[in-house]
Amino acid sequence: MNTLATPPKNFEVKPKLDAKGEELGELLEVSMGPHHPSTHGVFRMDVVLDGEKVVKLKPVFGYLHRNHEKIGENISYLANMPYTDRLDYFCSMTNNWAYALTIEKLAGLAVPERAEYIRVIMAELTRLQNHTCLIGFFVQDMGALGTPMMYAFREREKILDLFEEVSGARMMCNYMRFGGVRVDVNDEWIAKTKKVVADYSKFLDEFGTFLTENEIVLARTQFVGVLPKDLAINASITGPMLRAAGVNYDLRKVDKYGIYSRFDFQVPVGEHGDIYDRYMIRVLEMRESIKILEQALRDIPAGPVMDPKAKLRGFRPKAGEVYGRVEGPKGELGFYVISDGSPNAYRYRVRPPSFINLTILEDMCLGHNISDAVVILGSVDIVLGEVDR
Amino acid sequence: MFNTLDQIFVNALHWLVSFVPEPWRPLASSMLCISFILMVFPAFFSIITIFERKGIGRIQNRYGPNRVGIPFTKIRLCGFGQFVPDGLKMLTKEDIVPRAADKLIHFLAPVVMLIPVLLAYAVLPFGRNMTMTDYDAGLLFFFAIGGAVEIAVFMAGWSSRNKYSLLGAMRAIAQMISYEIPLILSAVTVVMVVGSLKLEDIIAAQNQYTYGIAHWHVFTPWGLLGFVLYFIASLAESNRTPFDLPEAESEIIAGYFTEYSGFKFALFFLGEYLGMFAISGLGITLFLGGWTSPVSFLTWIPSYIWFFSKLITLIFVFIWIRATLPRLRMDQLMNFAWKFMLPLALINILIAGIWHFMNVEWQRWIVCSTLVLAAYVWLGRGLMHQQKLGKRTYRYAE
Amino acid sequence: MLGEQIIKGMAVTARNFFESYVSKDRLTTVQYPEERLPQKGNTRQFPFLVYDGDDAEKGLRCVACQICEKECPPKCIYIVKSKDKKPDYKGQMQVYPVRFDIDLSVCMSCSICVEVCPFESIKMNTEFELSTADRFGGLLFGKDKLAKSNSYYQKVHPKDAAESDAVIAAEKAKAEAKAKAAAEAKAKAAAAAVSPAPPVTPAQPL
Repeated sequence: MNTLATPPKNFEVKPKLDAKGEELGELLEVSMGPHHPSTHGVFRMDVVLDGEKVVKLKPVFGYLHRNHEKIGENISYLANMPYTDRLDYFCSMTNNWAYALTIEKLAGLAVPERAEYIRVIMAELTRLQNHTCLIGFFVQDMGALGTPMMYAFREREKILDLFEEVSGARMMCNYMRFGGVRVDVNDEWIAKTKKVVADYSKFLDEFGTFLTENEIVLARTQFVGVLPKDLAINASITGPMLRAAGVNYDLRKVDKYGIYSRFDFQVPVGEHGDIYDRYMIRVLEMRESIKILEQALRDIPAGPVMDPKAKLRGFRPKAGEVYGRVEGPKGELGFYVISDGSPNAYRYRVRPPSFINLTILEDMCLGHNISDAVVILGSVDIVLGEVDR
Repeated sequence: MFNTLDQIFVNALHWLVSFVPEPWRPLASSMLCISFILMVFPAFFSIITIFERKGIGRIQNRYGPNRVGIPFTKIRLCGFGQFVPDGLKMLTKEDIVPRAADKLIHFLAPVVMLIPVLLAYAVLPFGRNMTMTDYDAGLLFFFAIGGAVEIAVFMAGWSSRNKYSLLGAMRAIAQMISYEIPLILSAVTVVMVVGSLKLEDIIAAQNQYTYGIAHWHVFTPWGLLGFVLYFIASLAESNRTPFDLPEAESEIIAGYFTEYSGFKFALFFLGEYLGMFAISGLGITLFLGGWTSPVSFLTWIPSYIWFFSKLITLIFVFIWIRATLPRLRMDQLMNFAWKFMLPLALINILIAGIWHFMNVEWQRWIVCSTLVLAAYVWLGRGLMHQQKLGKRTYRYAE
Repeated sequence: MLGEQIIKGMAVTARNFFESYVSKDRLTTVQYPEERLPQKGNTRQFPFLVYDGDDAEKGLRCVACQICEKECPPKCIYIVKSKDKKPDYKGQMQVYPVRFDIDLSVCMSCSICVEVCPFESIKMNTEFELSTADRFGGLLFGKDKLAKSNSYYQKVHPKDAAESDAVIAAEKAKAEAKAKAAAEAKAKAAAAAVSPAPPVTPAQPL
């Protein structure tokens, strides 16, 4: 009979030794492997635990690397547009807009007004559905068995139906072009969008009662995963994480790209920088997006949607380098392109917000429990397509 | 007529036992009762698993299982045949035991989990005259047996020879022990007021009607608070959300039954659900009047129908809570038990005593209700404010 | 009070539970394959080739210009030009594709091929139930599987088909007008060649 005193014959326990040759008995090293129970994709965290507290955390990624930048340098600018859809696969419209903005800067193309309004509408719809999904995943990480996630996905489907009606695909829209958008929207679509936006405020109210003051959510998220202001600025964090830490920096107000200067909206800023602040900032941002959408849908003018000077085939922008950025739902999404006058880019680089926001994960998780580490990861809002490209 | 319907099982038992010669009759009667429990409650368990999946599905705006009916036929039954393939799946999976595991304890742990839980059903009154063995100290027996479940959890974690299982088992035991105390203290209030540990006496004390409403303990201030405490503690005892860290801890540690597969896992699962039924059954007996009806004009409905409908209602509330709430973290769980539920349970004993000794009806209602409310609000505020948790407002940048 | 918000959250859940039996909005599952959602007008799945009339070979609009092959981002199109020519809808003699293969397992449905085609000959189909058990060639669609008639296109994308037909009709009208003008000019030149000069009355001798 085997008891713990006499292990079976072929079994040997070799204790781990540290640099001095003494036994590292206390620390437990865990690999929260790429096959994750949470819903963030193929991402690995090597965590060293002292009992329950996290002592060291190393994020390991690259499991979804698809050579996006190398492909971008080998195909034409237009052909790269569908590949940018697949960077941050939740927010394909925003990726398209960032890329189109960059190339328009490079080639000096002007975008007609109706196309600008359409771009703003699409970007804000994307922000709505991204933040809704994020709240669903975030509460799912805390163990809520998927109920808020199902409600979030139910509402997201309405927005994806709108995307499918205008561009033909739900997620990989491939909708923006250099100099405008690919297809025009008709009045029926505008009426449908107005209805979806009107219903969204009601849904947000219901979702809010579910979560915003729930005692369990408060207990698990307040004062957990604090990101101080200076550290956030030094680590190049952008997006809702930065605003939750207390820094007022929103590219829509700073760069005023597109026609955002025409809309009346405010930027919410947090105070403590913990998980609860990040979650609440995203909820408040959703309400501001609804305000922007209402204004844009009301004011959209008639007109062409494509710059007449833009060419589909044989597009050769003049040589030069450019960096274009937009305020994506996850942070500052930037594209850096060096062109040498040929149909392909010479160097094409993506600034992925999720990747750069992940670098601060260890500092936020130190000293917390392992269950907190999972929720902190959820609040950073990463999409592996963007982290790994 | 309704009386015969009420006593139909008792009469059937007597009739069957009468075929057996005289000295063997007590043994035969016990055997028949045991087989009845062993048939009814696992069947109930299968149906409840399907109700759980369909209920959670409907809450999440989707269908649950709705296609599997009777196997090998085309009859669909709205998905209620799902437990047959699930059970077959669990039975036919390979039984893997880790090489370094302690084989005997590894084998015994699910058995030790299941046997005490089944034993606990012996004292529960399912209907009028339908308790299998009515001990004078039935309540004490129930809680003593319930404590043996914790040994099974520890056996499972220790024998797997797996660091993560052991940590998971430690957490599970800490949680179960911490929540035993509010559980028992809230039951103590009932014992104090009734004056007996016998479960039949507790039901008899609730079987009186004033103005048509029964004297259920839950209709009194201390009983309501006691029931709420008992309910939350029973959630923690059965490892259900929001206290399901031991079982759904898929964050890293897959819990104390990582190393179990196939039939042993099925036994753990069965044990957990049967424990849930048993503890709900006791809660119904203590606070919700057992097999009595709440209003006097509905006493014609058979008593076992009342018991099982109350049981189903309580289980639905368990499922409802599981679908709604996220999980608590380990230290927050312990905080909640020791700093909120335990003081509240002790104050509840005081309130029950005041109720028992004040004779004027309306006076004792007012005094006890205010005391209950005051204690709850004061302790609740203390729990949240101690960590400075609360609603926040956000400023907008200009 | 502690637990108040939890109770409110549970009320939301209960509302969803009861309303899921009553309203379709709270039970959004579509039980595929018994029920199917109607497809949106603009849905794009995989490309197909359009042919006019009834004959897939003779009416095929594609002239093997290979623009879609060059512009395709994942390079999933493979075209082999023919050596002989056949008349297209305008009456001109054009090359046609002998092989037109699209590997559907590579295609990412971006519809750039549709955008750059100058001949309205490749369009996006809406069929998506194309799964096959053949791992090595099952999704390599050749010209025979890709060619579908114009009436099918009108059924699947009515608005786009109407626009496409309008473009083709305009091109045809322009070509016919040009041909008529050319024919008139030719007839005039031929008439001028046959009767070189109008009869000139000789100058009256004085």
